[in-house]
Amino acid sequence: MENSNEATIIFDSRPENEGLARVTAAAFCTQLNPTLEEVADLKTAVSEAVTNCIIHGYKGEIHKIRMKCRLKENTIYLDIEDDGVGIPDIAKAMEPLYTTRADQDRSGMGFTFMEAFMDEVKVTSQVGKGTCVHMSKKIGK
Amino acid sequence: MKPVFETTGTCLNIKLPQELDHPASELIRRESDRIMGKIYIRTICFDFGDTEFMDSSGVGLIMGRYRALGMRSGCMKACHVSGYIEKLLRLSGVSRFLEVEKTEPETQMEGRSV
Repeated sequence: MENSNEATIIFDSRPENEGLARVTAAAFCTQLNPTLEEVADLKTAVSEAVTNCIIHGYKGEIHKIRMKCRLKENTIYLDIEDDGVGIPDIAKAMEPLYTTRADQDRSGMGFTFMEAFMDEVKVTSQVGKGTCVHMSKKIGK
Repeated sequence: MKPVFETTGTCLNIKLPQELDHPASELIRRESDRIMGKIYIRTICFDFGDTEFMDSSGVGLIMGRYRALGMRSGCMKACHVSGYIEKLLRLSGVSRFLEVEKTEPETQMEGRSV
């Protein structure tokens, strides 16, 4: 299809790979000629989603995370997916300041940041199967 | 780039790294816990001068240090804060207890290494 492009990376759920994921998404997005602020917003949102997979989805164990980036017209779509424990109550998990890991100095602001910096955030999850965060952002509004 | 920790009296100055993400925040949390277990710390000053990226892990770090200092007013400071970082601090609500300074005060220029 014209005006569309796609890339998928699969990486280990190691904290070091959070940087890789956000830089990959930012580099992929440059085709849309984003502003510095749009790139920063995208990087923060990706970092939140990947951190969630590592800390909550896999609870520090090393498994695979898949990130699918897609461009269509002037919108970037991202799907960040793990095969971890899943989220029993998605609405609760997305509440600002809600965290299950306050002991580790987690702020509970992950989903709030994703929602603030992206146009759309949707979460699909099955307990025991995994979680996928779907996000999109229109570039050059 | 690694974070730098310095103390001036009872103030702990932390020069934050370029990217304040999950692994960087973990490292700073552990190191500041170690210092706070050794020396009496009343205030923490975060220097964002080199910081270009932050996510909610950085916010969690600030919230956790605030709790560790007993949530006293004026115990948390931030300096050299850029527009983007300020946006994150405001959005997360930590700017309510974090004093944001545009320039670093003179007294914090000479610190001793810990």
